[in-house]
Amino acid sequence: MSQEAKSIRLTIDGQEITAEEGSSVLDAALANDIYIPHLCHHPDLKPVGACRLCGVEIDGRPMTTSCTTAVQEGMDVKTDSEKIHHARKTAMELLISDHHMDCLACAAANDCALLTDSAYLGIEPDHLVRLRPSSKGLPIDTSNPFFQFDPNKCVICGICVRTCDEIVGRGTLEFIDRGFGTTIGTFGNKSFMESTCESCGECVVRCPVGALAPKRPKFAAREVKTTCVYCGVGCGIYLGVAGDKIVDVRGDRERPTNEGSLCVKGRYGFNFVNHSDRLTKPLIKKNGEFVESEWDEALELVASKFADTKGDEFAALASAKCTNEENYLIQKFTRAVMQTNNVDHCARL
Amino acid sequence: MAGLVTSFGSGAMTNSIQEIDGAKTLFVIGANTTSAHPVIGQRMRRAARNGANLLVANAKEIELAWVADHFIQPKPGSDVVLLMGMCRYILEADLHDKQFLAERCEDIGEFRESLEAFTPEFVTETTGVPWDRICTVARIYATEKPAALFYAMGITQHSHGTDGVMAVANLALLTGNIGKPSSGVNPLRGQNNVQGACDMGALPNYYPGYQQVTNPAVREKFEQAWGIGAKSGNGSRPPVSNLSDKLGLTHTEIFDKIYEGQIKSLYLVGENPLLTEANANHVRQALEKLDFCVVQDLFISETAQYADVILPAASFAEKAGTFTNTERRVQRVRPAIPPRGESRADWQITSQIARKMGEPGFDFDDPSEIMAEIASVTPSYGGISYERIEKVGLQWPCLDENHPGTPYLHKDKFARPNGKAQLVPLTYKKSAEIADDEYPLILTTDRSLYHYHSATMTRRVEGLEKLDSNEWLKLSPADAARFGIEDGEWVEVHSRRGVVKVHAQVTDICPPGVCSMTFHFRESPTNEITNPALDPIAKIPETKVTAVRVEKIG
Repeated sequence: MSQEAKSIRLTIDGQEITAEEGSSVLDAALANDIYIPHLCHHPDLKPVGACRLCGVEIDGRPMTTSCTTAVQEGMDVKTDSEKIHHARKTAMELLISDHHMDCLACAAANDCALLTDSAYLGIEPDHLVRLRPSSKGLPIDTSNPFFQFDPNKCVICGICVRTCDEIVGRGTLEFIDRGFGTTIGTFGNKSFMESTCESCGECVVRCPVGALAPKRPKFAAREVKTTCVYCGVGCGIYLGVAGDKIVDVRGDRERPTNEGSLCVKGRYGFNFVNHSDRLTKPLIKKNGEFVESEWDEALELVASKFADTKGDEFAALASAKCTNEENYLIQKFTRAVMQTNNVDHCARL
Repeated sequence: MAGLVTSFGSGAMTNSIQEIDGAKTLFVIGANTTSAHPVIGQRMRRAARNGANLLVANAKEIELAWVADHFIQPKPGSDVVLLMGMCRYILEADLHDKQFLAERCEDIGEFRESLEAFTPEFVTETTGVPWDRICTVARIYATEKPAALFYAMGITQHSHGTDGVMAVANLALLTGNIGKPSSGVNPLRGQNNVQGACDMGALPNYYPGYQQVTNPAVREKFEQAWGIGAKSGNGSRPPVSNLSDKLGLTHTEIFDKIYEGQIKSLYLVGENPLLTEANANHVRQALEKLDFCVVQDLFISETAQYADVILPAASFAEKAGTFTNTERRVQRVRPAIPPRGESRADWQITSQIARKMGEPGFDFDDPSEIMAEIASVTPSYGGISYERIEKVGLQWPCLDENHPGTPYLHKDKFARPNGKAQLVPLTYKKSAEIADDEYPLILTTDRSLYHYHSATMTRRVEGLEKLDSNEWLKLSPADAARFGIEDGEWVEVHSRRGVVKVHAQVTDICPPGVCSMTFHFRESPTNEITNPALDPIAKIPETKVTAVRVEKIG
């Protein structure tokens, strides 16, 4: 890994490009803004060449899957030809013929590989009529509280199966049945809820269509780069915000701690922020009951009581949930103002 | 942490998360990583899948055991014996790293002598693990290098937790698995910013950066930095003008002293000790005795019921600051939404209390100013500023503005006075409670993937609550049969300190004699029965070993 990868020169559609040794023709093309349609390819996963959409002509050899072919010095690649177009279009039409289409209401509408590839291939209205695309009528697995699996939209690209195996190391998902009846399922074909699934959602974020999709997809108006509040791993996250609510979370691929991966809590566990139980005003106990107060009254009371108990009559418990700056101030307050070292937090619990 | 300070001179995860990918061997002991640190758990499973040797030692058959090359199941409380047994085998089989020991460690004569007590018969008898399996694990760890060792509360939450940590350090030193990439002794820190809270001196014995409160030179430095001695504006400062030279009290001791009436007021920020502290009944009785208690939190927690004043805090999504993760990486936290209602960031509230008291040194407009002060008094954070950690953070020690941060510790020397590490001679200490006729089972605690600590946050997320909505007492089929317990039935779990009601789950992840609960659920508050026996040095309670009795209800 430490050795510098060798640079390879090749030609794609007459354009001379360079790519790292070992990279695929598809990756080299995409990195140089040359689009080749693809469904089963994902940059995080090993290539399998299953969808047959990325076939290209290399040095005259027709229909070589570009995702499974490594770049070679002097290679001449053509990404399109009549023959290639025909093969791709047939593959695409077969996929569409049993794909349940409710595009406007689909969670993947703004990011669907099937839509992108159809647009590229120019699927025409009369084709669709001829194909009479219809749902397979298979039941949707809604058992997981955060996402659902609609087998009627699945294109059997296997990205979810490979993600659960290669990225998550869990191996919950597998292809089940054969031929036209092939679908994605869990061991014993149990529902997601009853399976070994950890609900990390890594498969959901990689599904190229709307088959594995969040249950309540919301489009974030803006994103804020921050750090997860749950465990000590400290995953980098982007909080997606709409109005004054957190509606979405995605992993920050730039952060070495998690490189984009998240767990169930980090991806789906931030509704507590918007929960109606949140305290919104200071409370002071009066005659055994908590009564809402203004900040000034509460701070006055705290300041005067603390001023009476300086020294070792006072203790502070800081928090492993608070920021460094806050912990620093709490210990500074305890030591400099309250004149005691009685400060600790739950490090040991 | 005290254990690692004794062995290496400083206590923190020595290596980085990404280095897991480069390890030839991973040894995970006393940590249920896929539940408590899921994204590191994913990475470990991925490493094992890509060919790393995965060695797992745990009292329970945790999920990582399913993908491990070798899984051994020592009895709760026997980790020191297991680790010392491994060290003994490594020395006898001549698998130790002689060059590393000669160059980087103090003489191991005394340590070697202490191993004599750990005979194969004694180790096997105490741990319940066959000697040949211990040897296999030890051999792989010593020879398939670099080997990275990971542990968590399974090692530390014992009345001999410090010994456990030193035993882990001994093993790493003996085999030279430290001070190199993809090796090391890696305590996985539980909460998002437990590392940072320790770094910042939210500890009774340390100022920020582990500078001792009992050291006069350190005290003087902070007195100067904080301007103590200078008269404040309104002259209200009391006559004491020096920082206290007395060690403060630890978490558990604080509640003892409250109970005894010596501590009268408490400032509790974002904690819920009624669910998280061992022997929580004692905490409740203590809280009732306080003259004045301030709780600062997002919600009215179980503990907040006992407060005189509750101050509404802003959540992590509503404020700026930094968290330091388990690999010592200081990372930015940014506000995404405005604070709910009139809630305020904790840093603002603490500053406002201090200012109300007429105290100088708390006039901050932005957390970046606080970080600048932190960097000025904390050598290991000396080079940290918000500008530098915009994108990916920096790992301390980061001594000055040009320092690149430190992915792994102890590269050239250890942080002890002579620069050398110490292999600490150890003896076997029994857990404070062992199974007997009255309390025949050992209860150990763990965590659920779906909940977080006292679950004040996660149980307010509908989907997480659906995935895991109540406590289970997990116990082995053999014990279930022995006590006539059926899967799913309500049972009472009694310890010397109390009783909790819980559903029983009969599962073979627990070996006979061992049962397990989390502590996330207020309906079944596990820590009302756990053992508060403390490690004498680290003052950590023994929540991993509590003698209990399980009874049918009705």
